[in-house]
Amino acid sequence: MSATEAAAIGLTHGSSEDTGLGHRGPESKSIVVPYGFWLFVLSDIVLFSALFATYAALSHATDGGPTSNELFDRTLVAVETLALLVSSFICGLAMIAAKRRNMAWTQIWLLVTGLLGAVFLAIELYEFGHMIHIGAGPQRSAFLSSFFTLVGCHGAHVTAGLLWIGTMMAQVWAKGFRPEIVRRLLCLSIFWHALDIIWVAIFTIVYLIGTLP
Amino acid sequence: MTDEDTELLDVAPGEPHDSLMSETISYVVGLGLALLLTAVSFWVASTSNIWGPGVAMGLVVLAIAQMGVHLVFFLHITTGPDNTNNVLALAFGVLIVFLVMIGTIWIMGHMNANMGPTPEMMNLQMQRG
Repeated sequence: MSATEAAAIGLTHGSSEDTGLGHRGPESKSIVVPYGFWLFVLSDIVLFSALFATYAALSHATDGGPTSNELFDRTLVAVETLALLVSSFICGLAMIAAKRRNMAWTQIWLLVTGLLGAVFLAIELYEFGHMIHIGAGPQRSAFLSSFFTLVGCHGAHVTAGLLWIGTMMAQVWAKGFRPEIVRRLLCLSIFWHALDIIWVAIFTIVYLIGTLP
Repeated sequence: MTDEDTELLDVAPGEPHDSLMSETISYVVGLGLALLLTAVSFWVASTSNIWGPGVAMGLVVLAIAQMGVHLVFFLHITTGPDNTNNVLALAFGVLIVFLVMIGTIWIMGHMNANMGPTPEMMNLQMQRG
C-alpha cells in the first residue's frame, strides 16, 4: 500500500481529514485510562444515589426506636468532614509532586493522605460501635438499616482507598515513576476525590438535615 | 522532550499543564472554597436566624455548590476541548442520579401519603415489608 492510499483511508496520522479518530489517531493511554476510571467512578456514584434514595424514603421509619436527632453528633461529623477534605487536598499535592517525579514529597503527601483517611475511618468506626452498643444497630429499624448501608458503604470505599494508597506507596518506591505507575496514581486520586464528593452529600443529607430541629 | 515526558505531561482529566505554583494555588483555592462552604453549611444548620422550612433546601444547594468546587479544583473537570468526554460522562451520571433520587423520593412519598392510615402505622408497615 502506498503512503497516499494509507492516508486516504485514514491509517496515517497528520494529513488525513476524515478518520473519525481525529488527526492524531486514538488518544494515548494517559488519556484513555483515567477516562475509563472516571466512568467507573460515575457508576459508583449512581450506586450511591440508590442508597441515598433508600435512606431518604426510610429516614422516618424508626419503628419507635432512636431517631436521627437523638443519635448524631455534629461535632464528630465536623471533625470527620475536615479530615476527609484536607486528605483530599493533600492527595492533590501528592499528584503535583508525582508529576514532577519527586519521590520524597510524593511519599510524604501520600502518607499524610492515608493517615487523615485513617482518622476519618477511626471516628466512623467509633460512631458505629457506640450506636450498636446503645442498641441502635442496623437491625433496630428500617431507618438504621439504611443508615448503616449508606454510610458503611462509603466507609468500605475509604478502607479500600487506604489499602490502595499503601499499595501505591510501595509501587512508587519499588518501581519509580514509570508511566503505568503514574496512571495508577492518577486513578487513585480520582477515586479519593470522588469519595470526598460522596461524603459532602452524606454529611449534608444524613447528618445536617437529619439533625435539624 | 522525550516521548516519555510527553506521556507524563499529557494527563487527564483536565489536568492543567502549568507550573508548580499555579497548580498548587488551584488546590489551595479549592480547599479554601470547600472549607468556606462546609462552614456555612454547619452554620446554616444550627442558626435560628433563617426561616425554618428553607434550611434543608439551602443545605442541599450548598452541598451541590461544594461538589462543583471539588469537580473543578480537585478533579479538574473543565470546559476545555480535551475535557468534552469527561463532561458528557458526568452529565449522563448526574441525569441518572437525579432520576433515581427524585423518582424514588417522589413515588415513595406518594405511597406513604396514599397507603397508610397514619404516618405511624406506615412506619410499622415499612418495618415488616
